[in-house]
Amino acid sequence: MNKARTNPFNNIAMHGALILYTLIALFPVFVILINSFKTRKAIFREPLALPDADSFSLIGYQTVLKQGDFFLYFQNSLIVTVASLFFVLLFGAMAAFALAEYRFKGNTLMGLYLALGIMIPIRIGTVAILEMMVATGLVNTLWALILVYTAQGLPLAVFILSEFMRQVSDDLKNAARVDGLSEYAIFFRLVLPLVRPAMATVAVFNMIPIWNDLWFPLILAPAEETKTLTLGSQVFIGQFVTDWNAVLSALSMAILPVLVLYVIFSRQLIRGLTSGAVK
Amino acid sequence: MTALTLTNVNKSFGEVHVLKDINIEVEEGEFVVFVGPSGCGKSTLLRVIAGLEDATSGEVHIGGDLVNNTPPSKRGIAMVFQSYALYPHLNVFKNMSLALKQEKQSKAVINERVAKASKMLNLEDYLERYPSELSGGQRQRVAIGRAIVREPKLFLFDEPLSNLDAALRMNTRLEIANLHDTLAASMIYVTHDQTEAMTLADKIVVLRDGRVEQIGSPMELYNNPVNQFVAGFLGSPAMNFMPAGFVSEGDPRTIGVRPEDLRLQDDGGLSATVQHVEHLGGDTNVIAEAKGTQITARLFGQHAINQGQTVTLGYAPERAYYFDKEGHRV
Ligand SMILES: Nc1ncnc2c1ncn2[C@@H]1O[C@H](COP(=O)(O)OP(=O)(O)O)[C@@H](O)[C@H]1O
Ligand SMILES: [Mg+2]
Repeated sequence: MNKARTNPFNNIAMHGALILYTLIALFPVFVILINSFKTRKAIFREPLALPDADSFSLIGYQTVLKQGDFFLYFQNSLIVTVASLFFVLLFGAMAAFALAEYRFKGNTLMGLYLALGIMIPIRIGTVAILEMMVATGLVNTLWALILVYTAQGLPLAVFILSEFMRQVSDDLKNAARVDGLSEYAIFFRLVLPLVRPAMATVAVFNMIPIWNDLWFPLILAPAEETKTLTLGSQVFIGQFVTDWNAVLSALSMAILPVLVLYVIFSRQLIRGLTSGAVK
Repeated sequence: MTALTLTNVNKSFGEVHVLKDINIEVEEGEFVVFVGPSGCGKSTLLRVIAGLEDATSGEVHIGGDLVNNTPPSKRGIAMVFQSYALYPHLNVFKNMSLALKQEKQSKAVINERVAKASKMLNLEDYLERYPSELSGGQRQRVAIGRAIVREPKLFLFDEPLSNLDAALRMNTRLEIANLHDTLAASMIYVTHDQTEAMTLADKIVVLRDGRVEQIGSPMELYNNPVNQFVAGFLGSPAMNFMPAGFVSEGDPRTIGVRPEDLRLQDDGGLSATVQHVEHLGGDTNVIAEAKGTQITARLFGQHAINQGQTVTLGYAPERAYYFDKEGHRV
């Protein structure tokens, strides 16, 4: 191992910096979590205190679970996020493969066109999107959200993935062609596993904005049965009174699935990075 | 029967004309080496033969069949790549057996062929390992094994030794020569290294800028090069070229003399200043300058020659080659 990396002082400094950053980053989450277990009075009197025998209360969670169809919202959010990520990764990787692998007229132009979406926010087209969704009868369906989020995620996905796919050795793909693998097999069985870290990166980048989005659920799918978690939680935020217990509890619960997804992706990310390093 | 026939093959990438009117025949069981400097189109030619690139025009026949529209896996070829190109996520056994699996061969056949190939290449102990756990030489042997198990009509090697160190290169070169004898298969081997070409080939194809310069056995090319390029490319150290005016006043041609044909000779007529001497034990290479032209002489045995000294070199007139202005042999 590299000497600088085992130097104890460097080690301490590095870990110190990382720990400090972690503490800062986790602090708001921590505050939300502890306050979700306190009574309303305790939240306002001492927002930073841990819940004790006096202030401990599950009232927030009870409100959330009673109010509306919280599990349905949960399920909707999960379906939308996972399905959107799946399509972003699938179509993004396919387009990236075509751009990186095949010589055809207008290849560069196509690449630029697909990357254009990185610079132009999709929300600008909200009105047009809404009109389209109305015309196709997709308003108040989860498909409306999945389609929009897929479109939103594709530009960056194509951009990142095509860059990574260009780095997969040509000889390797040619060897597979000589061995009789179809282009699909080369894509799914050879190239995709090799760009897994890039796929994980794209997934992580896309996941949080989709999960947290309020805009499109509010506009495209505000019906009770298609509400997402973020939209569902809005009922607790009133113009005059906000049920903080319920909001904090809802937020705490909303963190969990993202956390699970993140752990899955980041393990891929790290595994990919290290396997690349020893090769 | 001919293993491979190329008829007027051309290949362009857009505006860039890479292969120009290539005509080559490879006989059954022959070991043919394509040799030429880097960037002359050797790999492109090999990829056209393999079907990884389409020829812009011309015909490719393998084993008598026109294969212009046949995908690589159906051409009866196997290819060994410069960078080995082993599948990183498969172990050695699976790397070698993938093509057979794609051909839907039975388990028994697969096991038998992999066992045979791995025995031939001393890979039996490594079948469970992954490519990242192998040394460069072992990876190269796996790549060769992957080609052998397919029992192809034609082997294609693209600079298979260029990533190995010198000692390993020598060994692997011998192994490939042995392999050719054992399998009695037709092989095409691409290299930029003239030593590999001379030592391995039954027939050498010299390429330059996408054009075939000359085809022939190593000794034919060595003794009878058609032009200055071929003469200078084959042989090490390379042939010396100097204006014929050095020895006969007013002659516009270029003389070529191989370093081993030069000798120390008091009435030799070529007086040169020694710039550098390489003592190799068996041979002594003298690099000298005569009238602004660098001349290398390869003297047999050991000679006490010093830098800065003036030597007189000569050669037997029948050992000299003459080239005109365009570099053609005259
Ligand atoms: N895919 C390609 N697109 C454009 N030019 C290429 C392509 N592949 C090879 N070339 C060009 O063809 C020439 C020959 O390349 P190559 O066959 O790899 O040479 P060699 O293997 O003899 O070193 C080079 O000048 C290279 O730039
Ligand atoms: Mg090459």
